[in-house]
Amino acid sequence: MSLDDAFKDPFFRDESFFGDFSYKNSPHAVNRFPFPFPEDDYMYSVNMEPHVKGRPGSIFEHYFDVDEHYVSEMRDRARVLEQDPLRCQSLPHMTLAGWDLLELIMEKFAEEYPQWFALTKDSNRWHWINRPLGIDQKFTFLDESTLPMGPFEYITRQAQGDFTLQDQREDNLWIEAGMVTSQADWSLDFDIGMNFHEWHAPVPLAHQMGIFDRALKFLLALQHGAPVRRFNWTMTVDPLLDTSPENYHKWGPTKTTLTPENIGKRQHLRVELQTLIRLPRSNAICFPIRCYLISMDDLVTRPKWARRFHRVIKTVPDELATYKGFIRNKPMILDYLSKFDDGAPTSPGWWPED
Amino acid sequence: MSGQTRLTVIVTEVVAVNSLIKRFRFVREDGGLMPGFSGGAHTVVEMDDNGTRRLNAYSLMSDPADTSGYEISVRRDDTGRGGSLFMHNGVKPGMKMVISQPVNLFGLDLRAKKHLMIAGGIGITPFIAQMAQLDSLGHRFELHYAMRDRELGAYMKELSARHGERVHAYYDLEKQAIDLANLLKIQPLGTHLYVCGPKGMINWVLSTAKAMGWPKGALHSEEFLAPPVGEAFKVELSRSKITVEVGPTQSMLEALEAAGVDAPYLCRGGACGQCECRVTASDGEILHYDHWLSDEQKAAKTHIMPCVSRFKGERLVIEL
Amino acid sequence: MSQTQADEVMKSRPLYGTLTPKQGSSHFIVADGEGGDAVAALLNAAPDMKPLAHIVYIPGANGTDLTALLEGLGARVFHPAPSYASASQRIRKVLGDAHMGLQLYVAGTEGLIGQVQRDAIAAGLPHDALTTEQRGSKARRVQCVHCKGITENVTLDPFVCSHCGLNLFVRDHYSRRLAAFQGVCIDAEDPGEVPPSEERFK
Repeated sequence: MSLDDAFKDPFFRDESFFGDFSYKNSPHAVNRFPFPFPEDDYMYSVNMEPHVKGRPGSIFEHYFDVDEHYVSEMRDRARVLEQDPLRCQSLPHMTLAGWDLLELIMEKFAEEYPQWFALTKDSNRWHWINRPLGIDQKFTFLDESTLPMGPFEYITRQAQGDFTLQDQREDNLWIEAGMVTSQADWSLDFDIGMNFHEWHAPVPLAHQMGIFDRALKFLLALQHGAPVRRFNWTMTVDPLLDTSPENYHKWGPTKTTLTPENIGKRQHLRVELQTLIRLPRSNAICFPIRCYLISMDDLVTRPKWARRFHRVIKTVPDELATYKGFIRNKPMILDYLSKFDDGAPTSPGWWPED
Repeated sequence: MSGQTRLTVIVTEVVAVNSLIKRFRFVREDGGLMPGFSGGAHTVVEMDDNGTRRLNAYSLMSDPADTSGYEISVRRDDTGRGGSLFMHNGVKPGMKMVISQPVNLFGLDLRAKKHLMIAGGIGITPFIAQMAQLDSLGHRFELHYAMRDRELGAYMKELSARHGERVHAYYDLEKQAIDLANLLKIQPLGTHLYVCGPKGMINWVLSTAKAMGWPKGALHSEEFLAPPVGEAFKVELSRSKITVEVGPTQSMLEALEAAGVDAPYLCRGGACGQCECRVTASDGEILHYDHWLSDEQKAAKTHIMPCVSRFKGERLVIEL
Repeated sequence: MSQTQADEVMKSRPLYGTLTPKQGSSHFIVADGEGGDAVAALLNAAPDMKPLAHIVYIPGANGTDLTALLEGLGARVFHPAPSYASASQRIRKVLGDAHMGLQLYVAGTEGLIGQVQRDAIAAGLPHDALTTEQRGSKARRVQCVHCKGITENVTLDPFVCSHCGLNLFVRDHYSRRLAAFQGVCIDAEDPGEVPPSEERFK
């Protein structure tokens, strides 16, 4: 850990996701925010597309997006894990998949961000450097005893977003490992071991629509070398990454403290970029769930997003608003957003300026 | 399949293992490493057989930890459609070929307390990779490998050298046979059973295990069906609004691909379900050869698997 | 977190069948409370099973005790146990020593079925290899998602967590690994506003 103690890249913000909530998006981060609505209304769909490189500067420029919140987010993860170690679990047969993920993240990080990360290999003797987090680690690939913890926990403490690993067997996917500290209100400790339909059981409406049957069939055939992605979204009061059911009795009451005066600053749109990747040695599917937060004040600085978001919230069915946890404040949110919707048409797609 | 799911490779070795089996080694054309893979995975090899495009799936048999290259074994089938003959006669070291990224429809259940493997003939190949992987993971396994005679007992020597008493050989011509009932009786709870080989062997092993109370979730099998030959027929595609002619030694899937239709597939052997198509009109008999559709679906003539199944009659329309 | 509708049925909720004889080399049967009747029906329908049968029976938490009935069935081994906790070591040992071909049957409360299923999975059996039948009390085993404590025999919804004291509503979401339903704080957003409890799981 002695490497580059002095390494400080001003690119990375020093901020918090709890307490004083000093998290903030820079203008650059607002501009590249993944606004998830390509149209003026919203309903579930499988909405998957190939995970290929996108516009320079966008969150799709790289295989894994490392952004200005990286260092603070990893610090928040370490804090959550200290409070509740059960947020990271890997059933014994998933260790190989953990190595697969470690290899993927290290290789992609080193290839796409050489200014921050480096990986050198001499057969199975690997040397990993993570300069932003001050990590310098020599270890033997596939030998757990050479890392300070299991490969899955080791690498997901160094990558933004939650991660789950799904084993594939009996024509189903089984969620059997997870690093879950920035979740939209679901419990890894409860769900670990479930199959695809079981862990999605609490989601309303979508089962009857056949969404999960179609998604599962698609994912079982997911091929190595052809990852896919989709968006999901919800609403969160304050930039709290860790909206866990475990702590719901602690963060739930904040929903009652919104006022017309503070709602623009405190109500956040929470967007998940979900990627699905077939892993080689284990044949497991990796599911990174990357969370992006934006305050409504920042969101309405882009007129197209402001208009569209008002229309989306207006048309969301109550079951969904309840499931997503913002039914209580829906009228106040609509009130706030209505001021930014002049009724003008919006262009298709979600890029702010198109 | 998109471009990233295929690998351009160079054939570096063609080895005649015995009178029927040849082994092929592929390395990447760009000099890079192959992706790791999981034991039991196959690759789809693309062949240009004098203008006919053939895509055959072969199990990867090299050590999954060896990312310098992939190896497959091909058993020559003198009466088949020509894919294995092309591999035997047409593929030489130095040739450039295109293969798919690994796909695994015969994966290990790594929760198993023990892996019991039963192979028949060329069905040994996925187990060679699986045993290498299990060995490095430190899992318990045992192989029972039946073949016609010592000459055809490809790989037995290497496997014995590598895995010792954990591999057992049975030669048909020496009247040796797997004592299946006794073998299945003594397995500890939590054992998973894997079988790969001829159809008759798979049926025998699975039905014996079921009758002895083995649960479905502990049974795994893989059988690649070669697309059968048959009479030529025509198929109409309702969405693309074209009619495609399927030749006698061509599968419907191959004919669709030759006509430029982008049809989904994974195993090309009637097992994985990816190429399933809805039938919107059928005036004749669908010759179902897959083991994906249920008997009810087959009888109802509502679906067809273009990778192996054929048609005999006046008119077939599928939704594609 | 959404509130659970009383009639909501989730895809994670287990389904149970009827005890029917299976082909196998031995038959391990665990039951509690009214589940004893299902075991009697099973062995009376298939007396051939008796020489290969090992029964563990636990009287119900509601007082139902069919020990005498089961003892008289003529199984090779009959073991009465006062509680699952007292029997669990034995269940794990029997499963750990067993061979493929063993058939496992569980009848009675959902809590017992779930816990024996968990033992079976740990011993390496596929989760759906058990033959199960729900009989008797529909009381639930519920895990508090907040403190992780499990409360047995929950009949009321909402109820007070027996470990941390939070007011919990019972979701239909079920974890096979924990053999429990999920309990979530019902008054997190409005502390103290707890609707009256109803007896939902008799």
